[in-house]
Amino acid sequence: MTDVLVCIKRVPEATGEVTLTPDGLGIDGSHAGYTVSPNEECAVELAVQVADGGRCTVLTLGPAGAVDQLRAALAVGMTDGIHIEGDSDAFSPADVAREVAAAVRARGEAGSAYDLVLLGNDAADTGDFQVGVRLAYALGYPVVTGIQTVSVEGSTAILTGEGPDGSETYRVALPAVVTVLEGGVEPRYPSVMGRMKAKKAPIETLAPTTVPVGSGRLALEVPPPPPNQVRILGEGAAAAPAFVATLAELGVLR
Amino acid sequence: MILVLVEIDDGALALVSQEALTFARGLGEPVEAVVLAAPGTDTSAAVADCAVQGVARVHLVDGPDLISYAAAAWASVVAGVLAETGASTLVASGSGRASEILAHVAARLDVPMAANALEASPVGESTEAVGGQARMPDQGSDTGTGLLVRRQVLGGAVVESTLLAAVPAILTVAGHAVEPVAAPVAGAASVVTVTPRIEPDDLRAQVASVTPRSGGDGASLTKAKVVVGAGRGAGGPDGFGGVDALAAKLGGVVGVSRVVTSLGWRPHHEQVGQTGSRINPDLYVPCGISGAIQHWAGCSSSKTIIAINTDAEAPMVTKAAYAIVGDMHEVIPAILAALDKRG
Ligand SMILES: Cc1cc2nc3c(=O)[nH]c(=O)nc-3n(C[C@H](O)[C@H](O)[C@H](O)COP(=O)(O)OP(=O)(O)OC[C@H]3O[C@@H](n4cnc5c(N)ncnc54)[C@H](O)[C@@H]3O)c2cc1C
Ligand SMILES: Nc1ncnc2c1ncn2[C@@H]1O[C@H](COP(=O)(O)O)[C@@H](O)[C@H]1O
Repeated sequence: MTDVLVCIKRVPEATGEVTLTPDGLGIDGSHAGYTVSPNEECAVELAVQVADGGRCTVLTLGPAGAVDQLRAALAVGMTDGIHIEGDSDAFSPADVAREVAAAVRARGEAGSAYDLVLLGNDAADTGDFQVGVRLAYALGYPVVTGIQTVSVEGSTAILTGEGPDGSETYRVALPAVVTVLEGGVEPRYPSVMGRMKAKKAPIETLAPTTVPVGSGRLALEVPPPPPNQVRILGEGAAAAPAFVATLAELGVLR
Repeated sequence: MILVLVEIDDGALALVSQEALTFARGLGEPVEAVVLAAPGTDTSAAVADCAVQGVARVHLVDGPDLISYAAAAWASVVAGVLAETGASTLVASGSGRASEILAHVAARLDVPMAANALEASPVGESTEAVGGQARMPDQGSDTGTGLLVRRQVLGGAVVESTLLAAVPAILTVAGHAVEPVAAPVAGAASVVTVTPRIEPDDLRAQVASVTPRSGGDGASLTKAKVVVGAGRGAGGPDGFGGVDALAAKLGGVVGVSRVVTSLGWRPHHEQVGQTGSRINPDLYVPCGISGAIQHWAGCSSSKTIIAINTDAEAPMVTKAAYAIVGDMHEVIPAILAALDKRG
């Protein structure tokens, strides 16, 4: 059985209007709520499949509320959680990688090392594209990014993802780090049973091992929306001729 | 000197790499390029394109270990060129491959990396800010020294200013952050061949096999001149007949929202957005798509958008150039009939 760790990040929902925190250095999710990236939801799904009934751990570095995201992953089949408590905005990708690496090493020293560590390809908020790669270097593991399917044969992971010339397959010796892109698997929905289990599942709380260096963020700004200059071509089926005329004007029809 | 990692697409320099070169030129230092291509690839057109972009030197890589792709091995090559040339900055497009290799380089050198840059300008030593298309926020003199980068976060809904203080500064350029334009004076683009010694550890994760595409992929979507979009408004898996017919009629392809893929109505490779493909067609016709930030992240570079939506207040409608307010299942058949009548 493959012992898997998945890293997820609590991020503000951004389906509607985005508001910044009063200091202008953070995104305020207190009204819209919080979620994780679809890439990470797929990583959780892959972990549950690969663990095949065995132990699989979900980890986050985030504020107290990030326990909600851990519980959501526990509800769909992850078996235990690790919560490194801290303000994720104060951690650079290298800081996060260092903390995750420490947790991975601690588990190894306790005698039951993870075989596989899954992360999202890029976080939904900062989109840094690098925590997984930095983690792999910190641990001395091989890493593949942008993967959509994962299976394990003995001590080898078989990974596929989309490359420039088609679907690519990697065969990588475990332990390894893999970052996941949405699209290879459908994340499952939590069952009632799953939700009950998640409430009781063990979550270990850790403090960061060192003070984070920080990300170098100086400011955030919400760019103004493009001005509303829409020309309504008409309503319903009656607008069809205006549509065709517009295509002709744009040179799309010849 | 600025070093740019560039890629080849259809024999020539990839459009995103041309954008990265134009961006790099804006930083005011000479530009050199490393071409990410398997040894044996015909790079002559790409080298010529580099000259057009003002590139002084092109580093071409040779050696049997790089025939199939391994990110860590490529990172060791790039790190080698950085060390040898003493480049101040490493730039690439935000493609999957380029982002991966730059992340490896950043991890090996233990320096920060900024993804999805919109513009950048040196601050500190020189007081003159030269930038991509620099419109930098007012910064006090206490910002420090380094490269001040403005980059997209939250799928482009927010712009972050960040300072890359370490050398080399490493960054990827957001798609369409700059228009690729030829340099006022062509570069020499003199070719240097690099034959690297690759460590076995850097080949632990190497592509074992490639299955060529059988049509279904995101690549056709990112290159399409016309995309017809469909979202929840399609109503169900059987609601795409009109959209498919309209795309075919206009010589385009279908792109969908995440709601459509997560409900399993259409495959994920058709998804447009932050976690799907980024499209840049001449015409995008989103039907029954609300235009959430994460969808907009993938379609905002479309030249013209004509939205079809029952809700005149939907963000996709208010951001579009043109819109039809109505039920897509009535509007599209009428459009198809009108196109048929036209012949
Ligand atoms: C981190 C993250 C990443 C994401 N990545 C993506 C991504 O890559 N791509 C993406 O698309 N989404 C993405 N999303 C999801 C996104 O937030 C929206 O939920 C999604 O885009 C909405 O899809 P939709 O517009 O089809 O559905 P809805 O938002 O439900 O909108 C349906 C629209 O159809 C209109 N409509 C209904 N019936 C009809 C009809 N008969 N005729 C015409 N119009 C009709 C309605 O007025 C409405 O505007 C992401 C979300 C997160 C959190
Ligand atoms: N604070 C965090 N806690 C746990 N995992 C994280 C955190 N930040 C990033 N990650 C993981 O690293 C991936 C890539 O993040 P990034 O490099 O920041 O784009 C994310 O998709 C997560 O899986």
